[in-house]
Amino acid sequence: MTGTPVIQTRDLTKSYGGVAAVRGLNLSVEPNRITAFLGQNGAGKSTTIKMLLGMVRPSCGDGTVLGKRITDAKENCEMRRSVAYVAENKPLYGYMTVEQTIRFASSFYSDWRTNVAKKLLNEYKLPLQRKVKSLSKGMRTKLALLLAFARRPELLILDEPSEGLDPVGIELLLQMLVAQASQGVPIFFSSHQIAEVERVADDICILDNGRLLVNASLDHLRESYRRIDLVFPFAPPEYEFQIAGVERIHSQGHEMRVFASKNAEAVIEHARDLNAVSVEVAPVALRDIFLETVKEN
Amino acid sequence: MFFKLIPTTGRPLYLQLMQQIRHAAETGALRDGDQLPGIRTLAEELVVSPNTVAKAYSELEHDGLLELRQGSGAFVCVKRRTRSLADHVQAARRRLGDLIERLREEGLLDEEIKRAFEAELLYPAGIVRKR
Repeated sequence: MTGTPVIQTRDLTKSYGGVAAVRGLNLSVEPNRITAFLGQNGAGKSTTIKMLLGMVRPSCGDGTVLGKRITDAKENCEMRRSVAYVAENKPLYGYMTVEQTIRFASSFYSDWRTNVAKKLLNEYKLPLQRKVKSLSKGMRTKLALLLAFARRPELLILDEPSEGLDPVGIELLLQMLVAQASQGVPIFFSSHQIAEVERVADDICILDNGRLLVNASLDHLRESYRRIDLVFPFAPPEYEFQIAGVERIHSQGHEMRVFASKNAEAVIEHARDLNAVSVEVAPVALRDIFLETVKEN
Repeated sequence: MFFKLIPTTGRPLYLQLMQQIRHAAETGALRDGDQLPGIRTLAEELVVSPNTVAKAYSELEHDGLLELRQGSGAFVCVKRRTRSLADHVQAARRRLGDLIERLREEGLLDEEIKRAFEAELLYPAGIVRKR
């Protein structure tokens, strides 16, 4: 990969009472990439993002965002000026109108682009005079995204940006992400919408139960994960296939399904040595990689 | 030209893009000197990461099928090799057609033939087949 990571953490941990929400996270997010942060509800995604932004203090461990230490208040403050962040619950002032909200937000940022804000306002079809509290969930999300995309940040962090959006809104969102990325802005976004992640993401992080299970490029995952369906003339013993890279084995009578995160060639060779009568190898879609990974955990 | 990238197949998108550009050059849909959209433009059109397009373009440049010019985009260069490759592909298709016709005569259903082809193609190329 290229350059210094825009986000890097070391053993980042957060416990609430006796319960660990995030455990020993060693995360690395590369510049010039779109990185998706996947995980089930309650996996620790939002807690992680809040720690990165200095909104939640880590129980232990540390990290940097754009080279600034997240546990140092002064450095953290500097970093926040160059990071655009869209929070999960899209906090906005309900009593303001859309127009007032945009004017209010624009006054905070030196990197505000009025022309981009105008263009987005047009595309998102947001009613300027409507009060924020009477906006639909989708419109709220669009307004929150507009406030982030109208800036020219060095890093975009989005927590569940597609939540509440209809298919047209999601398409617009993805187009905006791609447009930002092609201007060189690295993007880190959390989601459980695998369908959108697998379209635009370069890199994938999978968090489950507070642990980081996968931190790799999507191309690498697609090139190394394989589902291998085998048929033998006898009931095959599973232990024969407990080799490096094999994540999961299901067998049923003479059939066996092997799920490998790498090393598929070795599985196939071994199956041939055992006189498999049928060997079918298939690539694995991100949805199944995700499901198998969190099941494994 | 029209591209169709399918993210759910598990095949890297840059490979799908490379394959479709190569196919277009082999069939003559893309001709020598034709210009492809710039990386940003194509990424935004396909709604994929710019890195996906950049990787496909640079691999194709490495293969000699594209020429990337700073600031002015990507140009197709169909060399004699590509043309003879196209003939080669045409000939192979005819042979495949004959084979499929024979398999149908032997009573195999199209679905079975398709599965057999897919299964064979998914073997990693390096593995020596035992029969």
